[in-house]
Amino acid sequence: MKIFVCLKQVPDSETKIKLLPDQSGIDGAGIKWVMNPYDEHAVEESIKFREKNPGAQVWAISLGPKSRAVESLRTALAMGADEAIIINSTENLDAYLTAKALAHVIATEGPAHLVFTGKLSIDANQSSVPQMIAEFLSIPHTSVVSKFEYTPESSSVERDTEGGAKEIVQMINPALVAANKGLNMPRYASLPGIMKAKKKVIKEIEFSSLGITATEQKVRYFGYLLPPEKPAAKLLAGDASSQVAQLISCLRDEAKVI
Amino acid sequence: MSKILVFTEFQATASAGSGALKRSSQELLQFAAKTGRPVVALALGTTAAGAVAQLAPHGAAEVMLCKDSAYDLHNPELFSIAVAEAIEKSGATLVLASTSSAGKDLFPRVAAKIGAGIISDGTEITLVGEDVKIKKPLYSGKCFATASFENTKVKIVLMRANQLPVAAGDTTKTAVISEVAFTKPSLKTLITAVVKGTSEKLDLTEANIIVSGGRGLKEAANFKMIEELASALGATVGASRAVVDAGWVGHSLQVGQTGKTVAPTLYIAVGISGAIQHLAGMSGSKVIVAINNDANAPIFQKATYGIVGDAFEIVPKLTEEFKKLLNH
Repeated sequence: MKIFVCLKQVPDSETKIKLLPDQSGIDGAGIKWVMNPYDEHAVEESIKFREKNPGAQVWAISLGPKSRAVESLRTALAMGADEAIIINSTENLDAYLTAKALAHVIATEGPAHLVFTGKLSIDANQSSVPQMIAEFLSIPHTSVVSKFEYTPESSSVERDTEGGAKEIVQMINPALVAANKGLNMPRYASLPGIMKAKKKVIKEIEFSSLGITATEQKVRYFGYLLPPEKPAAKLLAGDASSQVAQLISCLRDEAKVI
Repeated sequence: MSKILVFTEFQATASAGSGALKRSSQELLQFAAKTGRPVVALALGTTAAGAVAQLAPHGAAEVMLCKDSAYDLHNPELFSIAVAEAIEKSGATLVLASTSSAGKDLFPRVAAKIGAGIISDGTEITLVGEDVKIKKPLYSGKCFATASFENTKVKIVLMRANQLPVAAGDTTKTAVISEVAFTKPSLKTLITAVVKGTSEKLDLTEANIIVSGGRGLKEAANFKMIEELASALGATVGASRAVVDAGWVGHSLQVGQTGKTVAPTLYIAVGISGAIQHLAGMSGSKVIVAINNDANAPIFQKATYGIVGDAFEIVPKLTEEFKKLLNH
């Protein structure tokens, strides 16, 4: 029984973003790349699953430039994943092509009994790839999942919606689960785990070998801009009562927001 | 000119079978109507059926209404089939929806099903003929880019709430309402229950005013101060990652790159120093107020108005003043 977990390397959330001079993208130099934070929860859940279900195998899979993407795969292996696959692509693929490639490889290497992903990656914030993978694989999905329970027939999950509400969802397996932050506490990789992960052979697949042509790309990004500089804050001086009075007057009469 | 299909969402109101068209849907309908292209509104479920008259005033010329109660609970498997069929049936080439909980969950599945491009989390939309350009924040607002479509007949755009202007609806306008039904195969996804949230307020991503608290509040019990200020303002409560990680409040309240990206009209940050990942999540707010005792806190670089001072002294006073001002 194979369990797939999809990973992406993203700039660390504390990283400052700089642009290329021609505004065609961000400057990758000096960026600290880390596993997408939501994907850590996906890895943790897949390993917890394997611990409870002997015989299951966790396959970590990532698409991206090999030199960068293998890092998160090594992290997943160090956390306890059994196998890892990298789909090597240096192109800027959109969500559609990314999901198509991941679904293609999951179907070929699988079949998958479960697929775990993060609910979104914190770079493009599209929250698209997980749902698309599920559609391409013709399996049900639930996104923004904060609780997961399993029986061989079905997966019962809680999905966080708006205003703290939750939907209780049951899916017939195989199913895809896109993890939210509250799902679990990702473990740290152990030292023996890290040593083992270093030696593990990661299976390499070229995106170009999948028979998916880049002409199917449907969305392209250009004209990157930094956010406009904000004028300096108006600092309100005086004692607390005076500061409060000034603030109310600013919000009401100047900014007109209350 | 080809049609624009707008996926509409309704907030259920107290009386059964009635609802209010969400502001985010009003934004989309009014924007679509201004383009001069025929606007078709898709309305699903019994709440929508009770509120269908609200669609024409905001710009819908046609309404595809499916009253079936099967659509009362969000189910991406069922809904993606309905939306795909509605797109096909209407002949629309542009589909607009909101980057809401349902929109984000559903439309990527629709896009994969019909082989369409999708751009989500847009903050600006420009239409020139059939050409669509979307400006959207990347890296939670650390930069912006323009996204465009290619190799796709149908273009799906999800817009962030509060980005487009809304005027009062024109109640003299009418729409052609047609009742429709969509394929309902046997499903692999079953929604067994919905657990209501603790907050009746708008979600952070749609809120017009947000009051957020951070580590400067010192301990969990003091977070009550934030809730009281928010309540006086009719605002939604947010929090920094530090206090979510400390377990003071749930993750659903977290604003920032690993929480929610927000863009309210007014954002009040109390005791939040302004880590880069927090700033990324809220810098799209129109007016930002920072209250912090550290004059060097990075939050002041993003603030419109800053108060350097003791939150424990200032926030209760501010709450009192807002109560007087807004509740008379």
